[in-house]
Amino acid sequence: MSTNNTVAEETTAIGPVEGESLYDADFPAPLIEAPRKRTAKTPKSTRGNFEMAAWLFMRLSGVVLVVLVIGHLIIQLVLDGGVSKIGFAFVAGRWASPFWQVWDLLMLWLAMLHGGNGLRTVINDYAERATTRLWLKGLLYTATVFTILLGSLVIFTFDPNIR
Amino acid sequence: MATPVLDKVEAESAASPYITVTFRIRRFNPEVSDEAQWQDFRIDIDPKERVLDGLHKIKWELDGSLTFRRSCAHGICGSDAMRINGRNRLACKTLIKDINPSKPITVEPIKGLTVQKDLIVDMEPFFQAYRDVMPFLVTSGNEPTRERLQSAEDRERFDDTTKCILCAACTSSCPVFWNDGQYFGPAAIVNAHRFIFDSRDEAAEQRLEILNDKDGVWRCRTTFNCTDACPRGIEVTKAIQEVKRALITRRF
Repeated sequence: MSTNNTVAEETTAIGPVEGESLYDADFPAPLIEAPRKRTAKTPKSTRGNFEMAAWLFMRLSGVVLVVLVIGHLIIQLVLDGGVSKIGFAFVAGRWASPFWQVWDLLMLWLAMLHGGNGLRTVINDYAERATTRLWLKGLLYTATVFTILLGSLVIFTFDPNIR
Repeated sequence: MATPVLDKVEAESAASPYITVTFRIRRFNPEVSDEAQWQDFRIDIDPKERVLDGLHKIKWELDGSLTFRRSCAHGICGSDAMRINGRNRLACKTLIKDINPSKPITVEPIKGLTVQKDLIVDMEPFFQAYRDVMPFLVTSGNEPTRERLQSAEDRERFDDTTKCILCAACTSSCPVFWNDGQYFGPAAIVNAHRFIFDSRDEAAEQRLEILNDKDGVWRCRTTFNCTDACPRGIEVTKAIQEVKRALITRRF
């Protein structure tokens, strides 16, 4: 177990471990990714409750959407002859009642916000570059707002005697 | 086995417990190349030994430049978390026989942290997140002259999360952490949980506020990778959910 003879010549090769900074002779690497540190440059924390609100919204809207969507599917596709009955007259008949107007409006808003928020988290998780993130989110928000506004407009200004 | 001494050598060679195992190790040396590459080592080893013993054997007998962390080598210090056969484990708690030694055993550094050499990663972002959740007892008022008493039930509340050894197996198995490394990560949340639910501690509110951040608990997607990876069997995802619940119930 004695390696005394080699120790003597190795001491020159081994740098001082304590006393001096280990990071002085940092790896002269051609390429090392910067450590993902929280530095002064990283954006300051928001400390808002938005993420919590978003998380909670996903759970609550999900529960409500289960009822709304399954009800919607049953009415549209199962009861009274199924898909074949759906036509302009059928939709006009349903939207004559404020109950179904509210139902569809709620479903539109909740589904769009639920899906939009879900995609927002997916983009946050998967888009690595800030610019990619910006563009994808811009596209997402535009599409969400457009669909919500268009749908709301149709529900509110629906005219059964359009012809 | 009581074998006569003369026959011993022959008997051992006939019924040797050793098998030949291929270790496929992800090597990286920034002084040689900026690219990591796989290197195979074939060694004879008892399958009842651990992956760490295999790494030792390679380092001591085949290639002294192989670099990895290990301290206690008995699953307590948490130094030797690495990605073995695609899963985060402690090399010192993984037996060769349990991970199909007939195929090459792949050994990689844990993901999501910068590799410095071979299996060594820069743990600083991990420990920064740990420090950020204030992992120490915070109290006010006069210090008691004796120990701070706590009922068995109060202790039981956070018992699971006291077991963390900060090996980073959970955090570096988390796909959200892999993305940009800004997420606090399971380990930091587990250690916050350990104090948030400690009846003696008084800074639960501050820690909850820290974890309410954009990169806090709300980024958890409950993929359960952390619970699967934890070598101590901590129910990590459950702890994160309990922090989420505490954040919501204290408000409403």
